[in-house]
Amino acid sequence: MPARILSLALVFTLACSSPDTDGGPQGAGSRSGSVDLTGAGATFPYPLYSKWFSDYANKTGVRINYQSIGSGGGIRQLSEGTVDFGATDGPMTDEELSKAKGGAIMHFPTVLGAVAIAYNLPNFSGELRLSGPVIAQIFMGTVKKWNDPQIAALNPGAALPGSDILVVHRSDGSGTTYVFSDYLAAVSPAWASGPGRGKDIAWPTGLGGKGNEGVAGQVKQIPGAIGYVELAYATQNNLAVASIQNSSGAFVAPSIEAVTAAAAGVTAELPPNTDYRISIVNSPGAGSYPISSFTWLLLYQQQADSVKAGKLVAFLRWALTEGEKQAAALDYAPLPAAMADRLLLRLDSIRIAPAGG
Amino acid sequence: MADASAPAGASGGLGSRRRASILAGVARGDRIYQVAITAFALIIPALLVLIAIAIGIAAWPAFAAAGLSFITSSEWNVQAGKFGAAPAIYGTIVSSLIALVLATPLAVGVAIFLSEIAPKWLRQPVAFLVDLLAAIPSVVYGLWGIFFLVPMLRDHVVPFFRDTLHLGNTPLFSGPAYGPSMLAAGVILAIMALPYISAVTREVLLAVPRSQRDAALALGATKWEMIWHAVIPYARSGIIGGVILGLGRALGETMAVTMVIGNRPEISASLLAPGYTMASLIANEFTEATSDLHLSALMAVGAVLFAITLVVNGIARWLVWRVASEPRA
Repeated sequence: MPARILSLALVFTLACSSPDTDGGPQGAGSRSGSVDLTGAGATFPYPLYSKWFSDYANKTGVRINYQSIGSGGGIRQLSEGTVDFGATDGPMTDEELSKAKGGAIMHFPTVLGAVAIAYNLPNFSGELRLSGPVIAQIFMGTVKKWNDPQIAALNPGAALPGSDILVVHRSDGSGTTYVFSDYLAAVSPAWASGPGRGKDIAWPTGLGGKGNEGVAGQVKQIPGAIGYVELAYATQNNLAVASIQNSSGAFVAPSIEAVTAAAAGVTAELPPNTDYRISIVNSPGAGSYPISSFTWLLLYQQQADSVKAGKLVAFLRWALTEGEKQAAALDYAPLPAAMADRLLLRLDSIRIAPAGG
Repeated sequence: MADASAPAGASGGLGSRRRASILAGVARGDRIYQVAITAFALIIPALLVLIAIAIGIAAWPAFAAAGLSFITSSEWNVQAGKFGAAPAIYGTIVSSLIALVLATPLAVGVAIFLSEIAPKWLRQPVAFLVDLLAAIPSVVYGLWGIFFLVPMLRDHVVPFFRDTLHLGNTPLFSGPAYGPSMLAAGVILAIMALPYISAVTREVLLAVPRSQRDAALALGATKWEMIWHAVIPYARSGIIGGVILGLGRALGETMAVTMVIGNRPEISASLLAPGYTMASLIANEFTEATSDLHLSALMAVGAVLFAITLVVNGIARWLVWRVASEPRA
């Protein structure tokens, strides 16, 4: 009984926290006969997914209702079995996987995103170069001034101001924060043993902005500010972004090509039985942008409903072939072709569970 | 219920048996009405109790894990599973108090102007515009805060306090001023709470009997003395009620505050330092909270906010009751 009240409370608050979706998270699918599949999860890929779903509905008549309530909500709802698929910006942990009520959950990467380091230096033009360890120190509050010797060493000849660095980070739990902190933990032992990696970080310094728009807004407003935002936000808002030193030592500005290159660098080394819960931060390759990540769709390997399973697999086939071609236009990096081919083969491992199972 | 006599009176010419049966019908209708209306009235408190129970059950694991440190500790570290909500509790209370300090004199002043001083043709338009402040969506206040209020405070108001009034060395105005701050949140909340306080106060002042004013004027009071000594004391309990309504608005406001307060879980004496509120904390972290303890901790923050709101409303009731039971001036 307490568990039931708890889940009722959750559904209630979820419904309240996403006023733009109609009805409760599970209401839409069961109420209207015209929706064939329901999904919930990550907000970051939502612009692309919603275009995919509408194009796919026009083409095949299969309607998909997706609610961008956040990765955490997507994982919870898939685990409870109230949606047909989930979506997340950070891979599920072993603990989360073990709690899923419908058995094994498979991760399917769909597209890639990059996290750009945006800054506001009014009298500085040209390229700002940063390295992972220096970014970690800035976000830990140990590098405090823009003309710090460590920053100056990366930018020889640049006229950096002596003003304070103001750190702006996300205040809401976010896949963007996960990718960024995953990168810092990979390149800085001090970060790994300090703030660590996660969607919510106990930030040692700085201001919190809600959402990419909140961080972008504060970076734009406050001279001397530095923050991290999704690449699409930085390009659309014309924010100045730093070039980051990758594992080969090259300074790479964030771009769709550099992100796909990062994924390609990792794909080549993947074992055949990978579960695709892989991090591609600090990826090898001279052209790789180091702060990149996949975003995933989550599916049960054992599908209870054969009709839905067929539709899901057919949709993923379409998404991994036709859908990928639309990604770049919306500022998402498409998967490397070799990886998309491997994922298409992996779709065959989805099974229909025996009746009653 | 008193209406029951009306149809009976109208059918005075009918036979007594028929009249009795009509009366019986009326009585049955009354009973049905009474039961229905009682049920409706009980649904609301029942809902409140159910919400409290549901939040309490969901919050229990976090309270059990953190104990008293949940409300005394400042460490909110999701990775380490440590949840201390003190900065958010502090921020909620302080930002709401700043809002009340700024909004109350302004709102009461507007209400006095509109009910006592303004010429008739000006009353309706100004009252309408003040009420309209309550109709602006809070996310719009937030955007206005980010793009206008925060830069304005940083570039003009803070230098005024620090350099012109030389308050830079006092704890209230110390530290770097980036813009997003407790002060910005308090100012936004003041603007949002103002229409509630002023609307209630205006209605209460208009309800003060004419004779109260005439008596004061007849004793030789000036207009100001009449307002201060005869009208306001008469309306005290209503004004306090309006202020508490505004406080309730400020305590629970989420979106606009989240956008301007800086979301930093730290307790600082400086008004210029960023802070955090309970409502912002829940709104920020709920969507991506996956671990059970994290979810429970957010529910626990909700429970604390709920409790504070109840206490504030309790204090308000008591104040209104105490003021109302005093002899009026």
